[in-house]
Amino acid sequence: MNITIVNLAYLLAAVLFILGIKGLTRPKTAVRGNMLSATGMLIAVVVTLLDRSILTYDFIVAGLVVGGVIGAVMALKVKMTAMPQMVALLNGSGGGASLGLAAASYLQSLERADFGTGAIAVLAVFFVAVTVIIGAVTLTGSLVAFAKLQEIIPGKPLGFAGMRYLNGVLFLASLAGLAMLIANPGNTPLFWLTVAVAAVLGLTLVLPIGGADMPVVIALLNSYSGIAAAAAGFIMGNTVLIIAGSLVGTSGLILTKIMCVAMNRSLTNVLFGVMGEVG
Amino acid sequence: MDTILFLFSLFVLALFLGVELITKVPPTLHTPLMAGANAISGITIVGAILAAGADTSSTLVHALGFIAVTMATLNVVGGYLVTNRMLAMFKRKS
Repeated sequence: MNITIVNLAYLLAAVLFILGIKGLTRPKTAVRGNMLSATGMLIAVVVTLLDRSILTYDFIVAGLVVGGVIGAVMALKVKMTAMPQMVALLNGSGGGASLGLAAASYLQSLERADFGTGAIAVLAVFFVAVTVIIGAVTLTGSLVAFAKLQEIIPGKPLGFAGMRYLNGVLFLASLAGLAMLIANPGNTPLFWLTVAVAAVLGLTLVLPIGGADMPVVIALLNSYSGIAAAAAGFIMGNTVLIIAGSLVGTSGLILTKIMCVAMNRSLTNVLFGVMGEVG
Repeated sequence: MDTILFLFSLFVLALFLGVELITKVPPTLHTPLMAGANAISGITIVGAILAAGADTSSTLVHALGFIAVTMATLNVVGGYLVTNRMLAMFKRKS
């Protein structure tokens, strides 16, 4: 499909997302807002499916069918009381998707040896690393939030007093992985090690937080998944990913702040995974 | 480099827009808004589709592409349905 039409469709989708989020903030317009946003998503997906760079549809169709059926069944069957953990699971899935697509495009670039040169190459690897790090944190962090609310693991804060230092070390280690990958993009073991460190960081960030604080954590992880999507947009050079991702990134952060105030919690404690009181 | 600068401009403007969009939200709408925004973050489905459709002979890349499309679709379909269900309940109550 003509690139101009694709970009105009992406612009339309982005506008619908903006109207959708705006609508969701007021009771009167919430249902319509969600519909507008869903329409935007449908437009973005259909236009992308017509992209001429797609050479094989096998894996796309399989993924759409499998994910669509599981998502629909889960969403329609889940009890209303289990909604928070359902949202956590869906959010983790979004983070996992960003992680998966970033890893796939990284390996493809290696295969073709086309990271580019100079600043372009540095930025290409930078965006891949940022996406996998945030994607992995979102994935495992959301899974812990889900497990706590579903009472698969105890809802009480788990961990030890100095856990924030461990989180700090893991955070710095993933940044070190990012820097070393930029210096040596072809080091695939280092790539997967960075993914693993970020995945552990997601666990250790959420484990020390009590079950009562989980809605705030899920809101924050939702913000992360938005930023992961935006970072993925830089990898693919895709405008709608960047716009929608960053919209969710900051609106999610503001919502997190609002929820913290409403629940009388400290945003910094939730951000850095500091042990909360037993919930 | 110009392209990246253009994309970066979009990114920064959308960040500011996201801050401005959310002002006062009644507590009953906190969870639906979170779920609705979560569904939008499923936009990563667009990138996943492009990654899964690329020409490659690597099984690992195919597998990762398939996983990415599956997870993103789960996020999108589940996200919108869940938000819709929550809002339907909200309507009945008021």
